[in-house]
Amino acid sequence: MKKIEVIQNVLEANETIANRNRQLLDKHKIFVINIMSAPGAGKTSLILQTLTRLKGKLNIAVIEGDVASTVDAEKVQSEAKAVVQINTLNMPESCSLMAAMIESALKDMPLDNIDLILIENVGNLICPAEFTLGEHKRVVISSLPEGDDKPIKYPLIYVDADAVIINKMDLLPHVDFDIAAFRRSVTGLNPKVEVFQLSCKTSEGIEKWCSWISEQVRANATRR
Amino acid sequence: MHELGVTENIVNIALTKAGEAQANKVIKINLVVGELSGFVPDCIQFYFDSLSKDTIAQGAVLHFESVPTQLRCRDCSTIFQPQDTMWTCPKCAERSVEIFKGRELYIESLEVE
Repeated sequence: MKKIEVIQNVLEANETIANRNRQLLDKHKIFVINIMSAPGAGKTSLILQTLTRLKGKLNIAVIEGDVASTVDAEKVQSEAKAVVQINTLNMPESCSLMAAMIESALKDMPLDNIDLILIENVGNLICPAEFTLGEHKRVVISSLPEGDDKPIKYPLIYVDADAVIINKMDLLPHVDFDIAAFRRSVTGLNPKVEVFQLSCKTSEGIEKWCSWISEQVRANATRR
Repeated sequence: MHELGVTENIVNIALTKAGEAQANKVIKINLVVGELSGFVPDCIQFYFDSLSKDTIAQGAVLHFESVPTQLRCRDCSTIFQPQDTMWTCPKCAERSVEIFKGRELYIESLEVE
């Protein structure tokens, strides 16, 4: 019997493809945001609001990740420059998008005519935390009905987030969600994170979120 | 739920390394899995048994070394194991902490013949 030292990260295969995606995106000066949340927190609504608000200012494409259906792609179709729907149902991983899925989605996109790609990950707070896609920023949405304890229960996804959005602010009078406690938990895990409070229903706070995106896209374009 | 792809990677790495060492059989794969990583050892073993069939890794034992979560207080730098889900520093009660250990998922070594 012989022992072979290996020390090799099992997720390396995904990370290699993610790096390749990132190089391709940087070559085309495309900024990419990976949007993650539990099912129903408002990923599609936020994407729709963002598309409407930034239409005419930025060319935005959307990659929709769902276990099944094209419901979300149909919703954003008319507003986006390009939409690719990924269904994870028959893939080895149905619970999260993976870098290889993004690599193949990018082949179907007019990369020279896009400034920003919004990726809607599969609704899940656990699995997407483990897989990088080649994105520039990771955004997590938490909505008021989910409760303020999610950063305590699912810390990893918050640890790596660049921005956290508190959505459905219009429901604040009706639910027991302690905004200060939530913000404390999030910034405790991740002091540099940006936190936005908004409502996709009333559009409150959307402008601030869209300004942040525009700034990020501009900074990324001038970086090179 | 995402163990299948991860297990494919484990099988690929093991077969590559065993091939490089001109081994005839993989006896054991030693894996290090952090407590915070969302991977379930039983599930990895289940997929492994099926994916390694008819390869030199068939029948290999997967040994999982679990790494407990360790946090570092951003304020006083104390490294501690959290006692509950609140992640509060036991020394200064600060709740600003970073993950020091517990996210690992790697193959440490192989035992072959």
